Amino acid sequence: MAVEAPPTPAATVAPPRRRRIPPAVLLIAPSVIFMALLLGWPVIQGVLQAFRDEQGFTLEFVNRMVQDPYFWPAVRNTLLLIVVMIPLQFALAIAMALMLRSNPRLHKVHFFVWAIPLALSDLAAGLVWLSIFNDRGYLNSALSWFGLQGASWLAYDNQTSMFICVLIAELWRATSLVLIIVVAGLQGIPKDYDEAAQVFGATFWQRLRHVTLPLLKPSLQVALILRTILAFQTFAVAQALTGQNFPLVVGETYRWYTGLQNPNVAAALALVILVVSMLTSVFYLRALRDKNQGGLR
Amino acid sequence: MSTTVDTTPIARQKRNRFMLQAACIAVSLFMLVPIYLISLAALSTRESLNEFPLSLLPTNLSVETLNAFLGSTGIFAALGNSLIVGAGTLLLSALIGVPAGYALARFTFPGKDPYQLFLLFTRALPIVVLSVPLARLFLTMDIYDTTYAVILLHTALALPTTILISASVFLSVPVDVEEAARLFGCSPLGAFGRVVLPMALPGLAAASIFTFVMSWNEVLGASILTLDHRTLPAQVLSSLSDSPLAYRFAGGFALVIPSIIFIALMRRYLTNMWGSTIR
Repeated sequence: MAVEAPPTPAATVAPPRRRRIPPAVLLIAPSVIFMALLLGWPVIQGVLQAFRDEQGFTLEFVNRMVQDPYFWPAVRNTLLLIVVMIPLQFALAIAMALMLRSNPRLHKVHFFVWAIPLALSDLAAGLVWLSIFNDRGYLNSALSWFGLQGASWLAYDNQTSMFICVLIAELWRATSLVLIIVVAGLQGIPKDYDEAAQVFGATFWQRLRHVTLPLLKPSLQVALILRTILAFQTFAVAQALTGQNFPLVVGETYRWYTGLQNPNVAAALALVILVVSMLTSVFYLRALRDKNQGGLR
Repeated sequence: MSTTVDTTPIARQKRNRFMLQAACIAVSLFMLVPIYLISLAALSTRESLNEFPLSLLPTNLSVETLNAFLGSTGIFAALGNSLIVGAGTLLLSALIGVPAGYALARFTFPGKDPYQLFLLFTRALPIVVLSVPLARLFLTMDIYDTTYAVILLHTALALPTTILISASVFLSVPVDVEEAARLFGCSPLGAFGRVVLPMALPGLAAASIFTFVMSWNEVLGASILTLDHRTLPAQVLSSLSDSPLAYRFAGGFALVIPSIIFIALMRRYLTNMWGSTIR
């Protein structure tokens, strides 16, 4: 048995250096693969499902979707809900965050209470408000204790009150998400700016308009994008409160898939949501970038 | 009179303070009263729910409605499924997401910016878009209508958030301590396991509670991907149209209670979780 000769310096260099995979790639790779399989692939499949049948390309499913009597009301309701809800929600959340910032008594308790809906599903919110708004619910009960005649808030022929009920339930549930983001943003703004403006005699509204809100802009951008995208996905609130009477686009997807057993039309509806969400995100990013010369972070 | 002091500013400030307190209490009531009412509804007897007007005070509480809800077919199984799916999602997304978050926090690598952009983009992906095609894929893979299917979907949904949150958690652990550990002879893995991980653990735990909450609350995907093995929200949703009001209230109550516990558990982390990570 010959003892192996100690490697000469040349030998150690000799084997061509294997290109080592950098550790970062190894750490990232599983997530990339997973997301490609479970996020990328379904999107492609969804497009195919919506536009293809056995014969190849078809617009049949899109036509069926558009001709469904629930489709346009669903689109209208979804857009209306977003257009009315988002500004209200942001005004409310900013007001709540500013209230917390001025350190009211028990502000920790208040903050905890205001954050509770953060962990609620929209289904739960719908059921909670159903106990209040249904014909024999707590709102009508309270009214009758005061001797007032209640109303059928969720009746089919009362679209306006139905809309308001869904709106209130969504305001109740989802404002806390905006609140948390705004509160976190406010924590990053030193109070000095506000105090300086105060010293120079700026009123509350002037300080809000010219100091706090501009500084808060990055947080507001994030909250706006996130909240709008999530708002497009609202459906269980309306489902729980009104059943089919207040259709929303995602609710229609659910109905086509489970009720009518037609995954192709469901896929087409899902694509509507996808396209609208993407367009809104791009719109927000561009609109907010233009005003904000520094560019979006 | 020259001795009188103008007290109007102080009076105004007092009034403002009072208004502030009142407004805070009003908002808190807006948040709490519905929770109180759903609890009241879920804890009333079926007869008292049929009365009108309903009593707004807890006059005759009973667990009868809640028991009936929990005893109805599929609820206990659905509760179990929800827990399995939540725990599975938590584990899988931590397993895949935490290393990626660590890489984002510590390394520069080619394609980092596109990767981050991709993560942001996936947050904008609506659940419906994924659920319908995934249902078909899972059918062919023979895992349709299992908890695995829902775990996979929920992990896909939670993963971008998990990665971003854990990246921000790791960023808050100073590099110096890691380098010190390496200097004293730890392997990269050892330095991670012995030094970085213990320091990051509270933040990661909070992140995983978020994942669990997301999975617990997700309705649409779970109802599309399952028939007999539904999670709790999916079960409640599917039996919504043909169930009495008492059942729905009990279901709402069952969905509300965990969320209060979740928020109580992680109220310390709420702002730094959402604030630092989303952008």
